[in-house]
Amino acid sequence: MTLFIVKIIAGTALLLLTMLLALLGEGVDRIVHARMQNRIGPPALQPIYDVLKLLGKENIVPRRAVAWLFNGAPLVALVTALMVILYVPIGSLPPILGGEGDLILILYLFALSAVAMVVGGFASGSTYANVGSQREMVLMMSYELPLAVVVCTLAWAMYHVGAPGQPFSLETFVAMPVWNVLGPAGVFGVLALLGTMLAVVPAEVAKVPMDIAEAKTEILEGLIAEYSGRNLALLKLTFAARTLVMCAVVVALFFPFSLGKGIGFSGFFLFVVDFVWFWAKVLAVQIVGVTLLRTAFGRFKPWQASRFYWVQVAGFALAGMVLISLDIAM
Amino acid sequence: MAVGTKKTKSYKLPIGPVHVGLKEPITAWLDLDGERVVNATIRPGAIHRGIEFMARDRNPIQVIYLAERICGICSFSHITAFVRAVEDAADIPVPPRAQAIRAILLELERLHSHILWAGVACYTFGYDSAFHLGMILREKVMDVLEAMTGNRVNYGVGTVGGVRRDITPAVAAEIRDLLHTYQSKFHQFGDVVFEDPIAKARMRDVGPLTAEESVQFCALGPTARGSGHRVDLRWSAPYEAYGDLDVTPVVPQDYLGEVHGDVYDRFLVRVMEVYQSLEIIEKLMDGLPEGDLAWETKVPKVINHLKQTEGEGFSAIEAPRGDDTHVVKLTRGEENITWWKVRAPTYSNAVSWPLMFREQELADAPLIINSVDPCISCMERVLVTDQGKGAEQVMDKQQMTELCREKTRRLMRA
Repeated sequence: MTLFIVKIIAGTALLLLTMLLALLGEGVDRIVHARMQNRIGPPALQPIYDVLKLLGKENIVPRRAVAWLFNGAPLVALVTALMVILYVPIGSLPPILGGEGDLILILYLFALSAVAMVVGGFASGSTYANVGSQREMVLMMSYELPLAVVVCTLAWAMYHVGAPGQPFSLETFVAMPVWNVLGPAGVFGVLALLGTMLAVVPAEVAKVPMDIAEAKTEILEGLIAEYSGRNLALLKLTFAARTLVMCAVVVALFFPFSLGKGIGFSGFFLFVVDFVWFWAKVLAVQIVGVTLLRTAFGRFKPWQASRFYWVQVAGFALAGMVLISLDIAM
Repeated sequence: MAVGTKKTKSYKLPIGPVHVGLKEPITAWLDLDGERVVNATIRPGAIHRGIEFMARDRNPIQVIYLAERICGICSFSHITAFVRAVEDAADIPVPPRAQAIRAILLELERLHSHILWAGVACYTFGYDSAFHLGMILREKVMDVLEAMTGNRVNYGVGTVGGVRRDITPAVAAEIRDLLHTYQSKFHQFGDVVFEDPIAKARMRDVGPLTAEESVQFCALGPTARGSGHRVDLRWSAPYEAYGDLDVTPVVPQDYLGEVHGDVYDRFLVRVMEVYQSLEIIEKLMDGLPEGDLAWETKVPKVINHLKQTEGEGFSAIEAPRGDDTHVVKLTRGEENITWWKVRAPTYSNAVSWPLMFREQELADAPLIINSVDPCISCMERVLVTDQGKGAEQVMDKQQMTELCREKTRRLMRA
């Protein structure tokens, strides 16, 4: 019973921290993006100001919208996106809901959050939002295959090398980094999987070149075209949280190295150092996987994005899978 | 997938009148089947300003400032076209130095128009970095225009019979500096866009218009040149100082060996025209003739001369977007112009829009609309909408006149 209460308190604190860090991360992303374009950019706290401002604005529900779906969707999207962080081990801390779910659940939570946004878009009754929702669905169908290949290959590799714990649990990856258990061919395979994962990140977090469902110069922010006030604040939080959480999953899968253990800390200090180190890694992944890409490229068309994921990225992921299985077979 | 042949269930989506991808209000009603455009209808009518009507109670010198405000980007082109029409009507000669200065200003204007357009086109497909790069590069030509005329837009330099400001040695140094800056830096923009795979994928084979269609539907300027059609008034009917310069139209086949007539080709034409403009400015600066700036500097004398004039004047010049055609009529004994007709290039280019939308996608719509560099307020005609009934009606001249009279009566009673 005490454990349950501790978990509730720790979970709530972690969720609040995640929201704050997500918005801060977006602020940093915007500054770095602006500096790369020779601009100054907004202050790092700007996303927080935006969300606070939106919370005080009027919440307009369009006449043709299905009100309960329209209002409920942002909430579901945010909650499901935030819940993922409860299954991710943060540094040396075990995940709060570790025993209750694994990578498969995380994939479903991501999908659920995206589906909630799609439902919200359809429910808003606007043609632009409708087009945005259709595009989001097409995009989801496209990136799920490479993502599934990455996750299954990694779990299969962990199972075959006899890693301790459940193969699909993120704790296993943290306890035993996947780079250390494989030979040279396997390392190349993991590199390919990492590339795949980074290619999926922009689509998962709806940023250029994969911000197809929003595409403001084409369909006026698509999915979120009709949202305002509190709902829009929730959606902004959702986008920021998805970015942070997706990067956190990438870090947990591919960069679980502990700084504290390397230096030789133990006990309380180990947890503190690794906690900060974890978020630093997440920020680094966000800058490489999101900011750099969105600065360097324009937006794909829907069918171009689909083809990119089905042909190039999926091919890359399958190549990684073959390399890893060869490594394990030999 | 020909337009309208396949029986599909389509839905309508308006791009505009107010839309993030558009700079000015115009509506493109797209019939969509999924993401595919089945049919496109362009509805202008949101910002008619009645400038030609306003000009009728102004004298030609006053109309210059009105003509300048037809468009913020090609303002000097409109002035030049207007004063040339007036000069044509009144047989006023323009000194060679003034002609050279006009040509330099026209080319500077082309520089900033094309760089602005290229940046905005990149923004339309989400390539913000290239947009910002374009804005940074454009700053130099804006600074030079400011040094030369005192303004960044609407320069107020042209006048009947010449220009009002000279190129001083300080300004000449600025222009030389501009040439040097662009010759060393402008290639950055081409490198960033032409070598980017996504940019190419977004522009190649989007909004195609063949050379025959460009002739058939009267496309002008970079839109026609992008389709591989050699058309350029600086080449075919030189005016001002262009006669000595041997300007050749920029067409994509000279650079790539083939013509697709798509947005990519129009982009290429505009970027290459920036280099062409730099060459022209350099040649003009090298051979800048000495002499007067205007046929007559005292404005009352000019107005008096124009008052004695009877007749029509015509002029067409190559603005950054295509041909600007102005026709003006002056009547003896009357100070104000009798009538004035402006045809901006968008008026011709807009006809090609529905063709460019064939078999295209929704994602391309703003890019296609922007690809002719539309200047909606230059071409606008009146469309009356009844909001309650949703009915739309294009007004004819008689109805307009009746409405105007009604309004005047109302105002006079009040």
